[in-house]
Amino acid sequence: MALLSKKDTGLLLDPLADNNPITIQVLGICSALAITAQLKASIVMALSVVFVLAVGNVVISLMRNIIPSKIRIIVQLVVVAALVIIVDQVLKAFAYELSKTLSVFVGLIITNCIIMGRFEAFALGNGPYRSFLDGIGNAAGYGLILIIVGFFRELLGSGTLLGFKVLGDPIAKTGLYAIGYENNGFMLLSPMALIVVGIIIWIQRSRNSALIEEN
Amino acid sequence: MEHVELFFKSIFIDNMVFATFLGMCSYLAVSKKVSTAVGLGAAVIFVLAVTVPMNWLLDQYVLRPGALTWLGAEYADYDLSFLSFILFIATIATMVQLVEIVVEKFAPALYTSLGIFLPLIAVNCAILGGSLFMQSRDIQTLGLAFNYGLASGIGWFLAILAIAAIREKIRYSNVPAPLRGLGITFIITGLMAIGFMSFGGMLTGGEEKTETTDEVAKVEVQKQDAATEDESLAEVSQEINNK
Repeated sequence: MALLSKKDTGLLLDPLADNNPITIQVLGICSALAITAQLKASIVMALSVVFVLAVGNVVISLMRNIIPSKIRIIVQLVVVAALVIIVDQVLKAFAYELSKTLSVFVGLIITNCIIMGRFEAFALGNGPYRSFLDGIGNAAGYGLILIIVGFFRELLGSGTLLGFKVLGDPIAKTGLYAIGYENNGFMLLSPMALIVVGIIIWIQRSRNSALIEEN
Repeated sequence: MEHVELFFKSIFIDNMVFATFLGMCSYLAVSKKVSTAVGLGAAVIFVLAVTVPMNWLLDQYVLRPGALTWLGAEYADYDLSFLSFILFIATIATMVQLVEIVVEKFAPALYTSLGIFLPLIAVNCAILGGSLFMQSRDIQTLGLAFNYGLASGIGWFLAILAIAAIREKIRYSNVPAPLRGLGITFIITGLMAIGFMSFGGMLTGGEEKTETTDEVAKVEVQKQDAATEDESLAEVSQEINNK
């Protein structure tokens, strides 16, 4: 017997491509784009969201029968806020420099639409195990886009990946720089994040014409 | 002077949408028509102008290290700043609820025009982002906090108004099919953000400190121009709301 049934695999893998939270569902763009100038920050942000969304989905799913529907938004906000405080404190304790780079954007995971969106759309109507898979899948789809954007912005913008000079040294003129390559500092500025995501959407919809919008 | 500077800095240079990507979800989802965009924009201005000063008080007298000294000298060592996320979001959720009740009671016309946008605002990142930036930028007085909230709201309003207008027009253009809808909106927003970056030198006149008096005067004039423009824009938006 397989570890995951076919339906469960779908829960896990669909959000990675054809039902991606950022490019298709338009959720969670808010706190995502500003921190993608470096690959490392993108990875940490992606991991934080995986943790918050998976655990939050399980908690909400366990409580789904006892939450009165009128105050569910507040209950959800409190659960997310508690989880985000944990993430924030852990980051401050073990990766202080990085937590300075991410600044308020860790806190903004609370209002990341992807979290509330999945709580409302999935965790309130499904059991904890499937909610857990849904949380992991959606957060991974979100993280995937973040990491792709972070990869290109850091590579083209500063010629490094995770801080390693993969394209050679721009001052000593080694590697690609020896033949006249220059970094495109523009990639580090925030508008380019939007344009890179726009291009990802373009590529994705060119490959799968079912996703094309009317207008 | 400090107030004027902060006001324009928050609207143009640190524009919520174009510089920090806050409130992008509703910005993308609600910008298909100008009329709905105006409604949401007005609600955001309103809620930001209310919640930022509230959270400033909370930060100043409860959360920051040493904020509890007003209770007595023995409380001076407490640092509750790790609670700020949960308290800020609780304030915002309550304020939104409260604002909704008050508006419904005293301004039913405004209430119907804002419609479902008011409750949605509780989970708009721009609102929480406003409070968190207020905390991390260390804003000094209650007046400045109010100013910051109001100006950030106006900046967000301008952004969503502009993109909604562009999206209404772009319907008639021949956009490549895979880019239609979301893709082109992303790219337009990117281009608009590049445009907004040119406001960067508006207040300092460039990075250099050695400005001649002429340049300073020019900057002043530009600022005043922007002020009048902005007032007229605000008036227009108010009229739209009244209608």
